[in-house]
Amino acid sequence: MKNLTKITALIIASSALLVGCGKSGASNGSTSSSEASGKITVVGSTALQPLVEKAAENYQADNAKVSITVQGGGSGTGLSQVQSGAVTIGNSDIFAEQQKGIKADKLVDHKVAVVGMAPVVNKDSGVKNVTMAQLRDIFTGKITNWKDVGGKDESIVLINRPEGSGTRATFEAAVMNGQSAKKSQEQDSNGTVQKMVAQTPGAVSYLAFSYVKPTIQELSIDGVKPTDDNVTNNKWKIWSYEHMYTKGQPNKVTKGFLKYMTSDKVQKGLVKDLGYISINQMNVQKDANNKVTSK
Amino acid sequence: MDPIKKKIQSSSRETRQDLLGKVITYTCIALIVLVVLSIFVFVASKGMATFFVNKANFWDFLTGKNWNPSMVDSKGKPMLGALPMIAGSFGVTILAVLFATPFAIGTALYMTEIASHKGERILQSVIELLVGIPSVVYGFIGLSVIVPFVRNNIGGSGYGILSGSFVLFVMVLPTVTSMTVDSLRAVPRFYKEASLALGATKWQTIYKVILRSSTSGILTAIIFGMARAFGEALAVQMVIGNAAVMPTSLLSSASTLTSVLTMGIGNTVMGTVANNALWSLALILLLMSLFFNIVVRLIGRKGRM
Repeated sequence: MKNLTKITALIIASSALLVGCGKSGASNGSTSSSEASGKITVVGSTALQPLVEKAAENYQADNAKVSITVQGGGSGTGLSQVQSGAVTIGNSDIFAEQQKGIKADKLVDHKVAVVGMAPVVNKDSGVKNVTMAQLRDIFTGKITNWKDVGGKDESIVLINRPEGSGTRATFEAAVMNGQSAKKSQEQDSNGTVQKMVAQTPGAVSYLAFSYVKPTIQELSIDGVKPTDDNVTNNKWKIWSYEHMYTKGQPNKVTKGFLKYMTSDKVQKGLVKDLGYISINQMNVQKDANNKVTSK
Repeated sequence: MDPIKKKIQSSSRETRQDLLGKVITYTCIALIVLVVLSIFVFVASKGMATFFVNKANFWDFLTGKNWNPSMVDSKGKPMLGALPMIAGSFGVTILAVLFATPFAIGTALYMTEIASHKGERILQSVIELLVGIPSVVYGFIGLSVIVPFVRNNIGGSGYGILSGSFVLFVMVLPTVTSMTVDSLRAVPRFYKEASLALGATKWQTIYKVILRSSTSGILTAIIFGMARAFGEALAVQMVIGNAAVMPTSLLSSASTLTSVLTMGIGNTVMGTVANNALWSLALILLLMSLFFNIVVRLIGRKGRM
C-alpha cells in the first residue's frame, strides 16, 4: 500500500516537472528577440530536410543559446504549418503560389538551394538520351515500349511521384507542357524510387541528382547532360529551388539562421557535399510561374 | 475525545488509500475514453467535410473509379472516386488471410496437439519474433525478394495485389497463429479425452472435436488478422505499386486506402479538398476497424452459447 502513495507522489512530481518545463520553454521563446537565444522549429520538405538538419547542427554548435528542431512531413505540411503560425519556418520544394490553399502573400520566401532532377531508367532499357517530346510521350503513355526511342524491345514501366509532391510538380512544369501524366505507379520516397528503378526492367522515373547512382541510368534530354553546370545556366530545364518560408519577416534569431543557410560556409560546404546546387552559383532565376530570366 | 471512537468514526488510512486508488483508476479510464472519442470526432468531422463543405456526393465517393482530388470534373465537382483504393484494400486483406489461415491453423495444431514441449517453445518464440519485425523491413524484403519473384515466375511488373498479399501473409501469420493457439488451448481437456476414449484417432479428434469446438475462436483470430492487414500501410505501399486505378488483375499495380493516405498527407494543405478527401479515406479505415471489432464481438457472443 505504501507503494501506491509513492507512485502517486511520483506522478504528481513528474507532472509538475513537465509543467515547469513547458513554462521555461515558453519564456525562452519570448525573450528571444532581446538576445540571440530562442527556439526555431523547421518543418516540411523531406528533400531539404537533410541539409537543414546538418546546418542546424553546426549552427547550434556555434550559438549555444539557439535551439533548432527540424522535422520532415512534406512540402504541403511545411507550408500549411508556417501559414497557421505553428512553426517558425516551413520548408518547401515548390513556390507557395503553386500550392493550393496557401495564401502566398502572407509568407516570405528564402531560397536556400537548388535541386536538379534527372529522368532515370533501368539499365536494361538501353536508352541514354531522349528528346523532350519523347520524354513527355513516355509519361503521358503514348510511347509504351523502349524500342520506339531507340532502346530494347521492352515495355515501359512508369514510376511516378505522388500528386502534389514537389518533385512531381517540378518535373511536370518542365517536361509535361500542361499535359497530364498517365495514371501509374506512385512512390513518394527518393530512396524507394531509386531501388525500384534499379531492379525493375523497363522502369523509368525521375530523381534528384544526389540520388542518381551507378545502379541506374540517367537520361540526357536533347543531348544535354544532367549536370550541375547545365542547371546553373538553365540548359538543363528540370530544377527547382528549395524554399524556407517564414510568416511575415523573420525575427532576429530566425534571420540569423536563415542568413547562415545562405552564407558561403553552408553554400560552399554542406550544400555541395549533400548534392544540392548552391543558390549563389545560379546564373538564372525562376519565378513562381516557371518563367526563367537571367540574373 | 475517546481515541477508540475517533478511530471508528474517521476514515482509516486503508479507506483513504482505497479512495485514492479508485480516483487514479477512473482518471486514467476517463482520459483514455476521452482520447478515443476525440480521435473519432476529429477524423469524422474532417472526413465529413468532403461531403458537407466540398459538396462531394457520398455515393460517388464510394463507387467512383476516378481518384484525382486536385482536379474537377465537367460538373465542377472534385474527382473523388475511392473505389480503386477500397477494392485494393479488400483485395490484399482477403487474399492475405486466405493464404495465412491454413498455415496458421496447421501451426497452431502442431503447437498444441503434436509438438513436444520443446518444439512448442521454439515455435512460440519464432512467432513472437515475427511480430517484432518492423513493417518497413517486411516492405524492403518484399521489394527485393517478392516483387522480382512474382515478376519472374508469375508475370507482370511484380507490383500488385498479389505481392502485397504475400507480404501481408507473413505479417498476419503470427497474429492469426497465436490467437488460434489460445482458442485451441481453451478446448476443455475432457472433450479430447472422451473422444480418444471412444476410440477416435488423433486426426479424428482434431478434426471432429477440437477444431469444431474452437471454431468461433479461430474465426475471431481470422478477423483480427484481417484488421491487421487492412490497416498496414508501409509494407504494402512498397510492393503494391500505388496506382490509383481499378485493379484489373492481381498482377497489375493497385493501391490501398492506407498507401494513398500516407503518400498524400504530407503534400496537401489542411482545409483543401485534396486534404479533406484523405481524411474521408481515414474515416473509412476507422469505420472498417470498428466493423471488424463488432464482428469479433458477435462471434464471441455466438461462441459462448
